[in-house]
Amino acid sequence: MKLHQLSVFSENKPGHVIAPCRLLAREGIDIRALALADTERFGILRMIVSDWRRAKALLEQAGSVVKITEVLAVEVPDHPGGLADVLEAFVGTVINIEYMYAFPFVRGEKAVLIFRFDQPDAALARLQERGFQVLSSGALEEQ
Amino acid sequence: MATEPTVTAGRTSAAPFQPESAPDYLPTAILRELQLGRLRSTVERAWSRVPLYRSRMKQSGIQPCDLESLNDIAALPFTTKVDLRDTYPFGLFASPMEEIVRLHASSGTTGKPIVVAYTRQDVDVWTSVMVRSFATCGLHAGDIVQNAYGYGLFTGGLGAHYGAEGLGATVIPISGGNTDRQIMVMRDFGVTAICSTPSYFLHLIERAAQLGVDIRALPLRAGVFGAEPWTASMRKRIESLAGIQAFDIYGLSEVIGPGVAVECPHQDGLHIFEDHFYPEIVDPETGRVLPVGEEGELVLTTLSKQAMPMIRYRTRDITALMPGACPCGRSLRRMRRIGRRSDDMLIVRGVNVFPSQVEAALLEVEGTLPHYQIILTCEHGLDQIEVQVEVTPETFSDQIGVLERLNQRISDALEQVLGIRALVTLVEPLTIQRSEGKARRVIDRRVAQP
Repeated sequence: MKLHQLSVFSENKPGHVIAPCRLLAREGIDIRALALADTERFGILRMIVSDWRRAKALLEQAGSVVKITEVLAVEVPDHPGGLADVLEAFVGTVINIEYMYAFPFVRGEKAVLIFRFDQPDAALARLQERGFQVLSSGALEEQ
Repeated sequence: MATEPTVTAGRTSAAPFQPESAPDYLPTAILRELQLGRLRSTVERAWSRVPLYRSRMKQSGIQPCDLESLNDIAALPFTTKVDLRDTYPFGLFASPMEEIVRLHASSGTTGKPIVVAYTRQDVDVWTSVMVRSFATCGLHAGDIVQNAYGYGLFTGGLGAHYGAEGLGATVIPISGGNTDRQIMVMRDFGVTAICSTPSYFLHLIERAAQLGVDIRALPLRAGVFGAEPWTASMRKRIESLAGIQAFDIYGLSEVIGPGVAVECPHQDGLHIFEDHFYPEIVDPETGRVLPVGEEGELVLTTLSKQAMPMIRYRTRDITALMPGACPCGRSLRRMRRIGRRSDDMLIVRGVNVFPSQVEAALLEVEGTLPHYQIILTCEHGLDQIEVQVEVTPETFSDQIGVLERLNQRISDALEQVLGIRALVTLVEPLTIQRSEGKARRVIDRRVAQP
């Protein structure tokens, strides 16, 4: 149920994000979701791709520093309060959301959000317990 | 005796002869005799009180009594910055702590600083050479001296302070930094002379212009600038922008601090206070003593220091002793302005920086040494130091906060070891240029201002 997210270090300079994107495109690897976290000086490109193992190897060969992190893709009802309901599941727990970003496609009436938890296994159990749909890698990575 | 020094056009108050400057004009034969006598007692003191000196001399098969002429100094072993590091903190002291009245410290080549000590007499000698330095620059009682060298472990602040006070001038111990206040004080207090690093003074000039203060219209007439190498073109710029005469002063903590050598108003080389410091120029590769006029590394031996005698200290500063007499009448030999160094030491805002210090800080934070590069620039006359560090798989994280904390930790470690703040930039792997597998460690973009 956990997805493998690739994070790539990038300097905050014009043209620095394009190189990894081009490389993956050339190799036929699809970027399913992408979020850029940035500060004034540097950025972190976070991606869910169609083949994370190959993507990691290719990016590292090209000289990038790549980190693999386990994240969860959660279906969120696409109506006001949908996200709040998901977040509600963690009130009173010691599970923290480090960051989150939206997946750029909608499954029916549901949006999909990527969550990076500090304790992915505990978070997964909690979400399933509360009846939220957590998507498998098959559903997203190789779609 | 002395030809009367003239200070810049229009605003000179004639500098009276200062009795403290008398040793500057000793007949050469007497000066050499004085040097030999003092050299013998210094070497004797080092031999009998400092184990490192004694064992080095034994290895070289020389004893203090072998010194029959000044030329025999060439048989003595050299002392280097590494020796100061290896004996950290007090291993080269030749006086018991009861006789030591002051400690100063400056950057070493790695994490630890080097420590220097002064007895009461050493402090007095230091004051006397600083008094003579200021007198050589035409300062005198009645001058109002703004001392913008940093006060503290750095020798610049207190050295200049005691010298100006000893001369009878009025000292403003403002220390470095807070440029707007410096300009206010300079204007409101009628400052006539200033001491600082030349780059800081350039910064001050530019800030004054922004604030609408015309330094040329103020009573300021002289600047005594040191603690970093500067060029002739920088001097021209300072003199024309500020309407002052800018003097170069030289010194180093290991030997005493500022006051080893200074320019007279002829500004053609720096007179070395030879009655206290014996200069030699050697080939930096072979260590062979070079004849007068040839360029090489300056080696200094202290002739009167008690707490910490320095025998043939390798300064790593490249210069030459100048032949001939100076029109000012001083018998003290002159050395050319320091233009460069023979090691990788950088001088940033007057502070000594070694790439090895940067490495020590990075190693401490990251555990292994990442590829890095030091980039020096000059903005508004002020040196800027940036350390670019390549991100490694070990240090990289998908979380911004983790990387920002890494950046902060490196920044703090650098400030700890360097004593100044450096801008730390995390960069992508393989972005720092390598030549033959080794990264170029330092890029100095500080060009002499036209």
